[in-house]
Amino acid sequence: MSHLVILPLLLPLLAGALLLLVRRALPLTVRRRLNLVAVLAQVGVALALLLAVADGSVLTYQLGDWPAPYGIVLVADRLSAWMVLLTALLALFALLYAIRGTDAGSRHFQPLFQLQLFGLCGAFLTGDLFNLFVFFEVLLLASYGLLLHGGGAERTRAGLHFVVVNLVGSTLFLFAAGTLYGVTGTLNMADLAGKLAALGPDELGLARAGALLLFAVFALKAALFPLYLWLPTAYAATSAPVAALFAVMTKVGIYAILRIQTLWFGDGAGELAGLLDPWLLPLALVTMALGSLGALASTTLRIQIGYLVLVSIGVLLTAIALGDRDSIAAALYYLVHTTLATGAFYLLAEGIARRRGAAGDRLIDAPTMPHAGQVGTLFFIAAILVAGLPPFSGFLGKLMVLRAALDDPAMAWILAVVLTSGLLGIVALARSGSLLLLRAGPGEPPAATPGRAELLPATALLALCIGLTLGAGPLSAFTQATAEQLLVPEHYVETVLGGDMEAHAR
Amino acid sequence: MEALISILIGLLTACGVYLVLRARTFPVVMGLTLLSYGVNLFLFATGRLTIGQPAVIDAQAPGYADPLPQALVLTAIVISFAMTAFVIMLSLKARAELGNDHVDGHADEEGRA
Repeated sequence: MSHLVILPLLLPLLAGALLLLVRRALPLTVRRRLNLVAVLAQVGVALALLLAVADGSVLTYQLGDWPAPYGIVLVADRLSAWMVLLTALLALFALLYAIRGTDAGSRHFQPLFQLQLFGLCGAFLTGDLFNLFVFFEVLLLASYGLLLHGGGAERTRAGLHFVVVNLVGSTLFLFAAGTLYGVTGTLNMADLAGKLAALGPDELGLARAGALLLFAVFALKAALFPLYLWLPTAYAATSAPVAALFAVMTKVGIYAILRIQTLWFGDGAGELAGLLDPWLLPLALVTMALGSLGALASTTLRIQIGYLVLVSIGVLLTAIALGDRDSIAAALYYLVHTTLATGAFYLLAEGIARRRGAAGDRLIDAPTMPHAGQVGTLFFIAAILVAGLPPFSGFLGKLMVLRAALDDPAMAWILAVVLTSGLLGIVALARSGSLLLLRAGPGEPPAATPGRAELLPATALLALCIGLTLGAGPLSAFTQATAEQLLVPEHYVETVLGGDMEAHAR
Repeated sequence: MEALISILIGLLTACGVYLVLRARTFPVVMGLTLLSYGVNLFLFATGRLTIGQPAVIDAQAPGYADPLPQALVLTAIVISFAMTAFVIMLSLKARAELGNDHVDGHADEEGRA
């Protein structure tokens, strides 16, 4: 049994506990360095994990050596490792920004940051439904603390909505997990795949109800229509590095939907095959359309980015709904692009807000900001990335999704909504770009000019996106292989339930 | 017993949903608590309702109560307890910072909510 699978969980958990213990004993600079070292190590571990599963093997780790399906099992396949690496990379740049001053307000920022990583990586690696619930709670509890970090009435108001909505979501998750357990007698996700496929007609109704309830919970996490209302305000109210880190939090919902869609409701799932199909595509398209309208109507840059996140969620779930190898591969490529680009954009938005004095990130006239050339260039690149214009990764991702959609019966709808929302996104970003950067108006300039170094993490994230464009060939080869692995869930199920603790190479 | 338990869970959940949709933070917190009570009972019942069966291995036992839901419900109770404590603190903070206990922080709907 490979201990590598549990390392991405142990590292942030122990680092978080350590940072909590030393929060009064060590000065802030030392704690910042500790945190940074831990996140750097996390990136290394995530890379090692990705290399270990890149050949198509599924690694499992049985906690306490209890054999699956009775014990709790961690599973790393290509998809999990891909998500863990993305989380670690995004966290690294969010932290690099945060240690420039955002984290100073509370001693608990650093431990919470690590616990957030713990919850995120746990959700990606667990192979047990109830364990997934527990990791959701871990990441949510950490996110409540991070969201409220820094205080302020607006943050409290948005935080209250976020917390209550997610608590109701957690209750629904328990109802769903309980129903599925009551019907199948197991909580192991691989075991559930087999049990759900073999259900008798008497129990199908309950299983459907449980599975759709679970889908509703994941849709809430992913901010799918009509459960998206919490996202733009919550992300706009919090501090920039936290919002950047939250860019990967909606992707937990996407990951979970993709996982159950391929593992439980694939072609081999008997009566339950295609259970989510009537819901996924229409909801994804509506989310995309409403997201682009929201982006047009926004009055501040950060709210606008929140709505653009919704557009990207719509694109991702459209690709997942199409459900063949090419579209899932496109979704996985686009997922990394949109997470990194959104993270960069949130970091940049705070940089812009701090250079405009009282106007903040509101889309109104304000005095010319310092470093306008540099900020403007970064904004231009970020806007191109997010709107999906050539030549960068956003365009490539969308192109791959659209090409995969060409054979689908709903092609006309998909093309119409994706292209129109892309156009509306461009219009919205062009408007905010010209208001923020090109129009000088009256008003108080900021009292203190922030340094140029503050823009570095955002620049680095944007550079990473451009790296995604340059490395599109090998990366999409990897996502193609990931999609192939997802579409043949038998290998995953056999490895998890095989009792054999060695990794099965395909 | 099945009917009684299901009516109880349904009632708790219905009251919980109603209270969560109220406009003041106190009923919302109460609603979340009732929802978590409902779901805890529900989880407890997912192992089927049996009386007088041992949960641990016993050579003479005619059958077993399912021990897993008990473990699950324990986890769920701990988590919901912590979350309730958190949301109470957050509501108090919101009351102090926003000056009223409306969930949207609007004082203008005083008396109507």
